[in-house]
Amino acid sequence: MSFTEKDVDYVANLSRISLSDEEKKNFTVQLEQILKYVEKLNRLNTDNIEPTAHILPVSNVFRDDVAKICPTTRFAVEQSALLVDGLFGVPRVI
Amino acid sequence: MEFEPVIGLEVHVQLKTKSKLFCSCATEFGAAPNSQVCPVCLGHPGVLPVLNKQALDYAVLCGLALNCSISKFSKFDRKNYFYPDLPKNYQVSQFDKPICGKGKITFLINGNEKTIGITRAHLEEDAGKLVHSETGAESGVDFNRTGIPLLEIVSEPDLRTPEEAYMYLHMIKNIIEYLGVSDCNMEEGSLRCDANVSIRPKGQEKFGTKVEIKNMNSFRNVQKALAYELERQEDEILGGGIIVQETRLWDADKNQTFSMRTKEEAHDYRYFPEPDLVPVKLDENYIKSLENQLPELPFDRMNRFTKEYTLTGYDAQVLTSSREIADYYEECANLTDDYKAVSNWVQSELLREINEKKISIKESKVTPSKLTDMLKLIQKGVISGKIAKIVFHEIMRSGKDAEQIVKEKGLVQISNPDELKNIVEKVIKDNKKIVDDYKGGKEKSFMFLVGQVMKATQGKANPQLVTKMLKEAIG
Repeated sequence: MSFTEKDVDYVANLSRISLSDEEKKNFTVQLEQILKYVEKLNRLNTDNIEPTAHILPVSNVFRDDVAKICPTTRFAVEQSALLVDGLFGVPRVI
Repeated sequence: MEFEPVIGLEVHVQLKTKSKLFCSCATEFGAAPNSQVCPVCLGHPGVLPVLNKQALDYAVLCGLALNCSISKFSKFDRKNYFYPDLPKNYQVSQFDKPICGKGKITFLINGNEKTIGITRAHLEEDAGKLVHSETGAESGVDFNRTGIPLLEIVSEPDLRTPEEAYMYLHMIKNIIEYLGVSDCNMEEGSLRCDANVSIRPKGQEKFGTKVEIKNMNSFRNVQKALAYELERQEDEILGGGIIVQETRLWDADKNQTFSMRTKEEAHDYRYFPEPDLVPVKLDENYIKSLENQLPELPFDRMNRFTKEYTLTGYDAQVLTSSREIADYYEECANLTDDYKAVSNWVQSELLREINEKKISIKESKVTPSKLTDMLKLIQKGVISGKIAKIVFHEIMRSGKDAEQIVKEKGLVQISNPDELKNIVEKVIKDNKKIVDDYKGGKEKSFMFLVGQVMKATQGKANPQLVTKMLKEAIG
């Protein structure tokens, strides 16, 4: 199955981005190439292989439920492109 | 054509942990905007989330209480969507390996038992809160809520009426409150509910096209929204139309559901395993240890109340509707064997008082021993049931003992015939016509005479004695 411009439209819509006709054409070709490359994996027989949930053989990493004050809260918030009365400003959504 | 409703509910419960699900930010409600955030919950590059053990314990506890199978292996996944309340553009949730699998809950509806299946319950992080100003060109986002642990409880499509949905929600809330793992306050958003609704011709196996309803902020609104939506779907189909799969918002002011713009509707979340979190493996010992922490749950407690205290199903249901009330009732039941009287007083006077004062039953000055001491005074005939109401409100106000109040206010019931003799005679003399009416067969007139004696004694006369004395005097 090949990747079409319709697929690009679909992904662009999910990503909330708008693309020019030329970009759409380019991405269709590029994404098709990427998928073809990854398709090699389909040649492997994975019938008896358990799905991997994590790349490391590690489980059960927990924290205790203790609230702490983060020293960089202010700095982190100030990275916002726009702050309005302490709120992150975003394009109006309603 | 007769239709059958098919309803399933998704309930989100905010778990009452001190810190967030994957970082150490505080979870207190009502803090200044964006004061309880950090690079982890804001989704800055390179940060590492770590699971809160308490949230996991709470989730498993809930799962056990909902009779769910607990997964020995579970993992977290990223649910991808773009919306400003989500700083990372994905929500950490659970997709194919939820912590809690299939379960079920049972509740009473109109006196009959109903069991509803639970599909699953999984942990996920809450999103931020959007603030819209009336005029501004921007919306504002407060990320304090982002990352607070939620347990999403998904029911099977087993519900058949809006009322069943209402009772189901009550039971879920009741169970979670018994566990003490959430405030379950729908107005404050610590419990939220979305509904999936469809209808099908009666007898048909295949489900109809379902509609999702959001934005219902009380249990009553859930019931109303479902009733509205069922009617809308029926009208649509009978009018020759078809049901479109969509999300509709409930408008509580207009009492209607409205279609959300379908553009937002691309339900393609492209779940994939969250690589920053490792899987969770639970063993039998761990699950057993939590099982041992389970309190007696509301439905079991209700059944025990009906047997142990010979209460009606309705009474037992009201008394076990919160753990605090049930605990209070049982403390009383240890101090007296007049179970029915305690049930009546708790359900009427006490619950009314604490609801009016907006206090918890624990904060009430009418402690179990104070209430049962008062009931003993009624049993012994020291005060009448009517006077007891005055005493009750005085205990509520001052916290004094019933006996002391009765003494101070001179409320002791008059049970001595000698003290009442003159009053009874005077009432008969002053109300000749009414006495004659009674003699002529007008039963109601007698109650008037009793009332006159009660009035003359400020309600302190023993009503049984007054009745007896009046009957004897009139002959």
